[in-house]
Amino acid sequence: MAKTVEGLYYSESHEWVKVDGNVAIVGITDFAQHAMGDLSYVDMPEVDDEVEAGEEFGAVESVKAASDLFAPVSGTVVEVNEELEDAPELLNEDAFANWIMKVEMSDPAELEKLMDAAAYEAMCANE
Amino acid sequence: MEENLLKTCLYDRHVALGALMSPFGGFIMPIQYTNITEEHNAVRHAAGMFDVSHMGEIFVSGPDAYRFVNHVFSNDIAGMEDGKILYGMMLYPNGTTVDDLLVYKEFEPDSYLLVVNASNIAKDYEWLCAQAEGYDVKIDNQSDVWGQIALQGPEAEKYAVETLGLAKAAELGFYTYFRTDSMIVSRTGYTGEDGFEIYAPHAVINAMWDSLLAAGVVPCGLGCRDTLRFEAGLPLYGHELSDEITPLEAGLGMFAKVKTKEEFIGRDALVAQKEAGLTRKSVGIELQDKAIPRAGYPVEVDGVQVGVVTTGYRSISTDRSVCVAMVDKAYTELGTQVEIRIRKKVFPGIVTKRRFYETNYKK
Repeated sequence: MAKTVEGLYYSESHEWVKVDGNVAIVGITDFAQHAMGDLSYVDMPEVDDEVEAGEEFGAVESVKAASDLFAPVSGTVVEVNEELEDAPELLNEDAFANWIMKVEMSDPAELEKLMDAAAYEAMCANE
Repeated sequence: MEENLLKTCLYDRHVALGALMSPFGGFIMPIQYTNITEEHNAVRHAAGMFDVSHMGEIFVSGPDAYRFVNHVFSNDIAGMEDGKILYGMMLYPNGTTVDDLLVYKEFEPDSYLLVVNASNIAKDYEWLCAQAEGYDVKIDNQSDVWGQIALQGPEAEKYAVETLGLAKAAELGFYTYFRTDSMIVSRTGYTGEDGFEIYAPHAVINAMWDSLLAAGVVPCGLGCRDTLRFEAGLPLYGHELSDEITPLEAGLGMFAKVKTKEEFIGRDALVAQKEAGLTRKSVGIELQDKAIPRAGYPVEVDGVQVGVVTTGYRSISTDRSVCVAMVDKAYTELGTQVEIRIRKKVFPGIVTKRRFYETNYKK
């Protein structure tokens, strides 16, 4: 059973968001990494890229397939996790401890459209 | 759709092993049991087994069987001894590909076994029947009654001999086979490693699977079957070959004997294509980056599309991002610099051979 972490926001496309002031720290969920299997590449945005809620910002790739990543919130990328360039498997080892990007939010109210852990778990149970 | 999918005789065993099941070629097939990388490495370094019961077995026999098979098959079966196997294609008159297949020369006169792709069984059978007018042949599609296990890897011979009791397997040369009362055992495969493909009725296949599993052979899904065949430079129908691609374009001209055979369906088109010169060809491309080229991604030069990826992976055996692509002839020289568009970015690559892994066949 995939795990979740309390206190995070979750998107329908299986990203999580941890809020730190006006910055959203974004990663993929344990459910997502489990569904993808062993990851071999993370396609990340670049610092200063503008991302828009619901729009693709990168991808994670397993042996078999590429899976697009969708921004849970809008804003400007202020940092990407460069560790993942050489070690995408970190997302398999602990999806919540390894973030993908940090976004300076342009509209923090968008967070309210995301799910909490309980709602996300309920959604995954139906997939 | 789902309910129309066919199940192989090993279906219940796949489910019991917890395999991830997915549609392939009209069947519901195991994609992986644990994960693709582990299964891939088992075949490269020890032994793995695949349920390939979805493949089609079509028997051709009768007084005109030799003439008929050589008419529909691109390779040359002249002088083929009993127990020999040849790879080749069936072509349309315009030179594009109906299917790629193995032809087995049976141990009775005027008798051949054609092993075809699962997704093409019905099409191939109809195609064969439609070409048979004027030939005294019997075309018998026995795909439903034969199961098949591919036992592959450097330890395959050990398991064939010790676990399955097939002592004769050790003496089989590459692309030859023997029959027992219930089995066809051939030294062939689709992984780039030594190994066997064993055809038998369902009950025999099920018992064989259980014995091999108990002996420690790793069950392998179609996921790693694709990564293995891809690294070894072997084509997959629907990707490197199709009804829009000729064997010459696919770089498989050696299996289409336009020089030694005077006639076969599609020959004239291939001769014409050779004379006119190819406009595109299948090549390998290696990226410097870790980004993964996938089927359908564009190949570009100076921002202009010059081709398309047909299969691509982060190669498990070499840890490189590589693909096979069909590209315009001008960009097919080894070492040519090209780019592959992967989502929003382009990544530089270099044209290479289509084989990314040194194969280890028994001679």
